[in-house]
Amino acid sequence: MKELVIDFFSFSDPNVRYVVFGSILLSVSSAIVGCFTFLKKKALVGDVISHAVLPGICLSFIFSGTKDPFLLIIGAFVTGWLSIIVMDYIIQNSKIKEDTATGLSLSVFFGLGILLLTYIQHSGNAAQSGLDSFLFGKAAALVGKDLVAFGLIAIVVLLVVFFFYKEFKLLSFDPAFAKSMGIPVKRIELILSSITVMAVVTGIQAVGVVLMAAMLITPAAAARFWTDRLPYMLLFAAIIGAFSGLTGAFISYAAPAMPTGPWIVMVVSLIAVFSFFFAPKKGIILRLFKQRKIRRRLLEENLLKSLYKIGEINDDFKLARNQAEITEMRRFTPSQLTNGLKRLRGQGFINKTNNHWSLTQEGYQKGQRVVRLHRLWELYLTKYLRIAPDHVHEDAENIEHVITPELEKKLEALLEYPEYDPHQTEIPYRQ
Amino acid sequence: MIKNVDNPALEIHDLTVSYDRKPVLWGVDLTVPVGSIAAIIGPNGAGKSTLIKSIMGLIDLSSGYSKIFGEDLNNIRFRVSYVPQKESVDWDFPASVLDVVMMGRYAAIGLFKRPRKADKEAALLALDQVGMLAFKERQISQLSGGQQQRVFLARALTQQADIYFMDEPFAGVDAATEKTIIQLLKKLATQGKTIIVVHHDLQSVNSYFDWVIMLNLRLVASGPTDEVFTTKLIEETYGGKLTLLSEVGELMKKEQFPAREK
Repeated sequence: MKELVIDFFSFSDPNVRYVVFGSILLSVSSAIVGCFTFLKKKALVGDVISHAVLPGICLSFIFSGTKDPFLLIIGAFVTGWLSIIVMDYIIQNSKIKEDTATGLSLSVFFGLGILLLTYIQHSGNAAQSGLDSFLFGKAAALVGKDLVAFGLIAIVVLLVVFFFYKEFKLLSFDPAFAKSMGIPVKRIELILSSITVMAVVTGIQAVGVVLMAAMLITPAAAARFWTDRLPYMLLFAAIIGAFSGLTGAFISYAAPAMPTGPWIVMVVSLIAVFSFFFAPKKGIILRLFKQRKIRRRLLEENLLKSLYKIGEINDDFKLARNQAEITEMRRFTPSQLTNGLKRLRGQGFINKTNNHWSLTQEGYQKGQRVVRLHRLWELYLTKYLRIAPDHVHEDAENIEHVITPELEKKLEALLEYPEYDPHQTEIPYRQ
Repeated sequence: MIKNVDNPALEIHDLTVSYDRKPVLWGVDLTVPVGSIAAIIGPNGAGKSTLIKSIMGLIDLSSGYSKIFGEDLNNIRFRVSYVPQKESVDWDFPASVLDVVMMGRYAAIGLFKRPRKADKEAALLALDQVGMLAFKERQISQLSGGQQQRVFLARALTQQADIYFMDEPFAGVDAATEKTIIQLLKKLATQGKTIIVVHHDLQSVNSYFDWVIMLNLRLVASGPTDEVFTTKLIEETYGGKLTLLSEVGELMKKEQFPAREK
C-alpha cells in the first residue's frame, strides 16, 4: 500500500500525471462554475448541457473523421450552447414552464446524440472506436493532448470568473436590480452560460454525460453548508473538487478495475453527504445535538423549579425530598427523573442523601429564577397582551426557559418589580 | 382627474403593457413633478408593480414610452434607482449586509473593476443612514423583514440617484422601520430628489405623500394628494374592476390579438 502511495504521488508515470492533473483541472473548473448555477437555482441546466453536447461531438466526428479533442470540443460547445438557447426560448415564448422545457431540451438533444452515435458505430469507420466513452467518461485514458485542452479551458473559466465575479454575484442574487442599473444582463448571462458549457464539455470527457451534473452542482451544494460568504463558497467548492479529482484518480490507480470518473463523483457525493450531516450550524447532526441539549436544559430547569416549588409550600427550600414528592409537583418519566437528577447532582445544583434530593444554594437560585421568570411572563401577558389569567400558564411554561438575563432585567423594569403574579402568587426575587 | 406639470421628473405617455397579450395597463398618461414623494395606489392586480417595472425597462411595452427628466431611461440610468420588492430575491444567498449594499455601486464601478475604498465608504454611509451600520457583517438570511427592506434602501442610496422607484417598501416592515424609511424619503425630497413608491396602506397616504397616482388597470387619477385623494376617486379606484375592460383583455389573450396594430 505504502509503495502504491509513493508511486502515485511521485507522479513519475506520465499516465498518472495526465489523469491526476486532468481530473483536478476539470473538477475545479466545474465546481467553480457550478457555484453560480447552484445559486441561480439552475441545477438542472448542467444536466441539459451535458446531454446536449453528445450530438455536437458526433457531428464534429462525422465532418472531420478524426477524434482530435479540439475539434470535438468545438462541436460539443456548439450544441451544448444551442440547448440553453432553445430552453430559454421555449420558456420565454410559450406557456411551457421551466421544468418541462428543461426535460424537453435534454431528451431531444440526447436522443439526437444517441442516434448519431449509433449511426457512426455502424458506419464501419475504424476511427470511431472509443467515441462512446463520452457517454460514461474515460478519465483513466487521458493523454497529453487532452490535458492541454483541459488546462486551457480551466484557465479561461477561472479568468472569466475572476473578471466577472461581481457581475456574476449580482446576477445570481438580483437580476432585476442589475438590469435596472443598466448592467448588460443578457450579455453577462451569455458569458456565464458559455463558461458553464466549457466546463461541462471538459468534464464529460472524464466522467461522462450522465454524471456530469453531479460534478457541477455537488461541490457547490457541499460548500454551501460550510460558509455564508460567496468567496469562501467558491474556494471550498474548488478545494472539494480538487480533492475529489485527486482521490478519484488515486482509487482507480490503486485498484485498476475501478473507473476514475465515477469515483470522482462518489468522493464528491460522500463529501456532500458528510457536510449535510456534520457541517457546523447547518449540519443535521449538530442540529440534533443542539436540540438534545435544549431538551436536557428544559428537563433540568423543570426539576429545579419543581424542587423550589415544593419548598415554597412549607417555606423550607433546603429540605431533602424523595422522587414521589417531586413527581407529585410535576410529572416526569422515571428515566427523566433518574437521569436529570443525576446530571443536576453532577453539576452541583442538588445534593443526594439516601435517595432524597435537596437544593444547594446555587440550585435554589436557579430554581427561583425559573419560577420568577414564569410568573413575570404571566403578568406581562395579562397586562400587555390582555390575555386572560387562566390562559397564560402554558405559554409561560415555555418562555421561562428562553428569557436571557438582559430580557429579564427589561421585563422587571417594565413591570416595575411586581410582587404578585396574575394568580396572586408571590414573585420571588433574589435576596 | 389627471394633473400634468411642466418639466416633470417622470413622464409616461400612452403606456400599455400586456402579459401574454392580455393588457394589464391600458393607455397610462401622466407626469410627476420634480421633488415630490408620489404614491402609486390601487387594488391588488391593478398594475402598480407592472407600471414601475415597465418604467425600469424590465417588462416589454405594448405601446407608449416613459421619459425620466425628459430623457430616455438608457441615457440617464445613473440618475435612476430602483428598489425591487424584497420578496423578489432569495435572502438565503451567501452574502453579508455590506456585500448587498455594495451592489448599488456595481454599475458605477464598471466592468472588470473591483470595488474601491470610496465605494465601501459610500455603502457604510448608506447603512448608517438607515440605522443598519451595526449589522454590516450580518449574513442576510438572519435579517427581519424590516431589516431586509432597510438593506435594499441602503443599496439604493449608494446609487446617489435623482429619482427613486420603490416597489412596496412599506410592505411587511415593523413600525420603527416604516418611520425610518419615511423620514429618509422626506429628507431626500427636500434635497430635490423625486421618489415614486408603490403603496398599499391608504391610512398613511395623506401624511406620507404629496402626489398620488391611482391605478386600476387604467389610470384613475394623478395629481397632488389634497386634490385627487378624495373619497370619490378612491371609490372609483377600488370599486371593482371595469368588467368590460377585463372582458376585452381576456378576449385579446384568447385571440392572441396585438395591443396595437403595428
